Amino acid sequence: MSRKTLIPIGPYHPLQEEPELFKLYCDGEIVKDIQWVTGYNHRSIEKLSESKTYEQVFFLVERICGICSTSHPFAFANAVEEIVGIEPTDRAKYIRSIIGELERIHSHLLWVGLAGHFLGYNTVFMWAWKYREPVLDLFEMITGNRNSYAMFRVGGVRRDIESDKIAAVRKILADVKSKTDLLTGAVMDDPVIHARLKGVGILTKQDVIDYGAVGPTARASGVAIDVRKDDPYAAYPLVNWKVITAQAGDVFAKAEVRLLEMYESISIIEQCLKGLEKEKEGDIMVKVNEIPEGIGHGRAEAPRGEVFHFVVSDGSNSPARHKIRAPSYVNIATFKKSCVGQTIADATITLAGVDPCYCCTERMAVVYDVRSGEKIMNARELIDRSISRSHDLMEELKKSK
Amino acid sequence: MGNDPIIVKLKDQFKTGILEVTEKNQKRIIVTINPDSLPNIAGYLYRDAGFRFIIASAIHTKRGFEIHYHFSEDSAGLILNLHVILDRNNPEVESLSNMFNASNWIEREMHELFGINFLNHPNQEKLISEGNWAEGVYPYRKEFKSNSEEKE
Repeated sequence: MSRKTLIPIGPYHPLQEEPELFKLYCDGEIVKDIQWVTGYNHRSIEKLSESKTYEQVFFLVERICGICSTSHPFAFANAVEEIVGIEPTDRAKYIRSIIGELERIHSHLLWVGLAGHFLGYNTVFMWAWKYREPVLDLFEMITGNRNSYAMFRVGGVRRDIESDKIAAVRKILADVKSKTDLLTGAVMDDPVIHARLKGVGILTKQDVIDYGAVGPTARASGVAIDVRKDDPYAAYPLVNWKVITAQAGDVFAKAEVRLLEMYESISIIEQCLKGLEKEKEGDIMVKVNEIPEGIGHGRAEAPRGEVFHFVVSDGSNSPARHKIRAPSYVNIATFKKSCVGQTIADATITLAGVDPCYCCTERMAVVYDVRSGEKIMNARELIDRSISRSHDLMEELKKSK
Repeated sequence: MGNDPIIVKLKDQFKTGILEVTEKNQKRIIVTINPDSLPNIAGYLYRDAGFRFIIASAIHTKRGFEIHYHFSEDSAGLILNLHVILDRNNPEVESLSNMFNASNWIEREMHELFGINFLNHPNQEKLISEGNWAEGVYPYRKEFKSNSEEKE
């Protein structure tokens, strides 16, 4: 057996600036195996959720991820509303879908930018992030925040989109659309990007089914799953749109799916704005008195794929169990298929290809150290532990060389 | 109740394995099964009926350890839970990871956080803490007290 070289990416990703560690086992330039290490930044949100009231959980799950910070409250609201057995008003549904789709646009723009950055194509990076900015301004205008919008609650939304704001939303949206045209043209017609991304990091249809991958990762491999279509919620059954798929399964196909999805999102928002004008202003809440005993399943299509929340209620004012499955949890596992056999240079963009969101996977553990039965942990000790962990890792890496 | 075509097929094929069927509505079905028949029923859903494995949720209750295996039939928007109840003192069940990779991580996670043993799992190592917790301490069990709770 030949010797393999270990190339670490992480524990702090140099480009994505998030804590994770990919261990690439390479033979020459070719990646032969890959292992993934997480757990550097656990927050135990599932356990925390059991100690919060239903109203508070919305603010908690919103903080799972800063990029898809509306998908988790969306799925949680769907789950709790299934337990209670209510439906929000049409106006609340439209507002929910508008927030969800605006988020998809800004998240996809962010990914396109980062992908360009990974390739060393910084023009794309700067364009995409510049064009993303008006979307965040739009968020600030209608929700009050650029991120973590705090719009959702059981039975509806917290804030209305008043009629006098709709014209301004349309104007910014039209602007975003023309900029998206520019960007899509620049990416899709660029021969360098074609040469760089086509045939790289291919994920077959069978791999997608085996790993249960979701979102653009699955749709780029020809698996047309989208919760918005399959299990419709909010305003998605009330508007016309189509699921974008591609067949190749490579990184280029993933980029294509994301870019084209932005147009669908813009179209959905435009239709929702029309819907809003028909509904009575201020009619955004259905009153909920108590959450009965029962279980609820909530799904929402986040920019990265299906978010799944499972809530068990025992009739009290906080969940008895709250399981969260974020899309990257299943998408990141597919690296075992897509990266092996690639060169190291291609592996980095393949790793970025599923738009991995490490906070999606970092929700589980408790920070308390329980080695040797002791449960003391103050800030100083946490820092010491982090330093000693880094030393251990460095030693480990030295040994495996 | 129980008239959904998939329920009829399951009841037909796995008579003894199925203990109870709860149909919340057309899109949410919970099937409580005997843990021994889990691999067969899950295999039928995945291979023959075209279901996708979403995730599994473990719960620590008075009855012991319960796991809901969530499966999705995307063309119908259906979520079907295979629900098993495991023994309180010796929770173990056959792993599904040899059938599909989607359950590999979540089984490791449930092993780590709840102490449920998955038989024949290809690699039942810790997923999250990478071995820097004490052995045999499971933070998601109800009897686990965190630091701040213990001081009270």
